[in-house]
Amino acid sequence: MPETHTTLGQPTASAVGFFLLFVAITLAITWWAARRTRSAREFYAAGRSISPLQNGLALAGDYMSAASFLGIAGLVALKGYDGMIYATGWLVGWPALLFLVAEPLRNLGKYTFADVVAFRLRQAPVRIAAAIGGILTVLFYTTAQMVGSGNLIKLMFGIPYEWAVAIVGSVMLLYVFFGGMIATTWVQITKAVLLLLGVTLLTLMVLARFGWSPATLYAAVADGYGQAALEPGGLVTSPLDAVSLGLALMLGLLGLPHILMRFYTVPDARAARSSVLYATGFIGYFYVIIPIVGFGAAALVGRDAIGAIDKGGNMAAPLLAEQLGGELFLGFIAAVAFATILAVVAGLTLAGASALSHDVYVHVVKGGHADEREQVRVARWATVVFGVLAVLLGVLFKGQNVAFMVGLAFAIACSANFPALLLSIVWRRFTTRGAVASILTGAVLTVVLIVLSPTVWVDLLGNETAPFPLRNPAIVSMTAAIAVGIVVSLLGREERAEAMFEDEKLRTYLGVGAE
Amino acid sequence: MRTRQVLDSPELRRLVVRRWTISLLLTAALFVAYYGFILLVALDKGLLARRLGGAESAGATTLGIPIAVAVIVVAWVLTAIYVAWANRGYDRAVDQLKKQLED
Repeated sequence: MPETHTTLGQPTASAVGFFLLFVAITLAITWWAARRTRSAREFYAAGRSISPLQNGLALAGDYMSAASFLGIAGLVALKGYDGMIYATGWLVGWPALLFLVAEPLRNLGKYTFADVVAFRLRQAPVRIAAAIGGILTVLFYTTAQMVGSGNLIKLMFGIPYEWAVAIVGSVMLLYVFFGGMIATTWVQITKAVLLLLGVTLLTLMVLARFGWSPATLYAAVADGYGQAALEPGGLVTSPLDAVSLGLALMLGLLGLPHILMRFYTVPDARAARSSVLYATGFIGYFYVIIPIVGFGAAALVGRDAIGAIDKGGNMAAPLLAEQLGGELFLGFIAAVAFATILAVVAGLTLAGASALSHDVYVHVVKGGHADEREQVRVARWATVVFGVLAVLLGVLFKGQNVAFMVGLAFAIACSANFPALLLSIVWRRFTTRGAVASILTGAVLTVVLIVLSPTVWVDLLGNETAPFPLRNPAIVSMTAAIAVGIVVSLLGREERAEAMFEDEKLRTYLGVGAE
Repeated sequence: MRTRQVLDSPELRRLVVRRWTISLLLTAALFVAYYGFILLVALDKGLLARRLGGAESAGATTLGIPIAVAVIVVAWVLTAIYVAWANRGYDRAVDQLKKQLED
C-alpha cells in the first residue's frame, strides 16, 4: 500500500493561497456587479443579459455541488461501480428539464417559478403555496450543503467547523447581498471552469499513470479489490426503490428553484434552450470523467488510506491530487472544493430570498405593487435573513447525518414544485385550488413519508423496521400530488384561468409579451 | 384583431401539437434509456458484470462501464436533437406566426 503521509487537514500555504486568490477575484467581481445592480431585474435576473454559453456554465456551477465532486469520487473509490450508477442519475434530469419546462418557464415567468404557476391563477394563495414548496426545497438543500461544507473544510484546512460554516456564510452573503444575480452568475461560472479544469487535470494525471488506457486502470482496480469493484453491488436492490430515487433525481431537477431561476437571466426562450445544451454537455462530461478519478484514487491511494481520513470517502479526490501533483495541486483542488460550495450556496440563497421577497412580500403583502427601489431593498434584506438562517442551520445540525436531506430536497422539488409547474403550463382546467392542494400534498406527504422511511425511521431514529418501505418517497408523493392537483381542479371551474390559458399561448409558445 | 386570428389559426395549433409530440417522444426515449439501465442494475446484475473482450482475452472492464457512459451520452444526444429541431423547425414557425401578428 502506498504511504499515507499527507498534509491534508493543515492550512498549507498553497491551499490558503489558492482560496484567498479565489475569494479576492470573486469579491472583485462582486464589486463590479454591485455597481450594475440597481433594479429588481438586475438583482434577480442579471438584467437578462447572460449569454447561453455563460448561462450553461453558470447552471453547471449552480448544480455540481461538493457532493457531486468529492462525494461521487469517494463513492466510486470505496464502492466501485455503484458510484457510476449514482452519477448517471445526476445528469438525466437535464434533458427532461429542456423538453418539459425550460422554454415555457422562460416565456411566462419573471423572476421565480411561482410566477409561472400563478400566471393565470389567483395570486395570493398560489404564491404562498409555491413559496412554501420552494423554501422547503431550498432549506433542506442548504442545510445539507452547509453541514457538508463545515465538515469538508475542517478536513481539508483543519479550521474548526463553526468557523468554516461562518466563512462560507459571510462570503456567500457578500456576493448575493451586493452583487445579486450578476455576481452569483460570475461566481458560478468561475467555479464551473475551475472545477472542470481541476477534474480534467486529475483525470489526465491518472490516465498517464496507466498508459492512457482506462482498461489498464480497471485491471489495477480489479487486482487490488477484486472484480466486484467493477460490478453492480448493493446500491440498487429493490427495483421500486431504485426507480423512486431515479424519479426524484430526474424530475426533482425540474422543481429546484435555484436552477429554474437561472433561466430568467438569458434574453429569450431560444437562449434558454441553448443554455441547457451547454449545461448538459459540461455536466455530462463531468460525470463521465469523475469515475476515473474515483477508480484512480482506489488504485493509487488505496481504500484503506481514503477511509482512514473520512469514512464516507470524501477525501479520495484531494488525496489523489496530493499524490499525483504534490502539495501545490492539493491546495488547488481544496480551493476548488471550497469555491464549489460557495457557488452552490450563493445560488440557493438567492432563490430562497426571491421566494420570500418577490413571491411573498411583493405579491402577497403588497398585492403586486412595489416600486423598484423597494423591491431591491426587500430582496437584499431577504438575502440577509436567508444567509443568517443558512449559518444557523449549519451550526444546529453539526455532527448530524444530513446526507438524506439532499434526497429530501429533490423529493420535495419533484413532488411539490414540479407537478404544479407542469400542470399550469399544459392544462387549461388547472385551478387555484388544484395548484394549492397539489403543492401542499406533495410537500407534506414527502416530509411525512421520509420520516417514516428506513432512511430516517431506522437509520437515524434507530427503530427496527420502518412503516414506509421506500428509502425515497418520490414515486408515491409525486403521483399523489399530480392526482390531487387533477381531481381538485376537476371539482370546480375557474373561468378566468381557462380563458387566459388560450390567450397566454402567444406568450408560452411564441414569446410574445415575455419579460 | 390579428391576435385573435393567430390564436385561432391552425398553424399555431399544429405548432403546439408538434412541440409537445417531439418533447414527449424524446422524454419517452430518455425514460427508456435511464430506467432501462436502472432496472437492468436491479434485475440482471450478471449482464452488467460480464467482462469485455471474449472468453480468452477477457480484461477487467465490465459491460456495465460503457453502458453507464452510454446513458450519459444518450441523454446529451437527445438534448442536442431537440435543440437542432427547435432551432430550425420551431423557430421558423414562430417567426412566421409573429409576422402574421404584425401584418
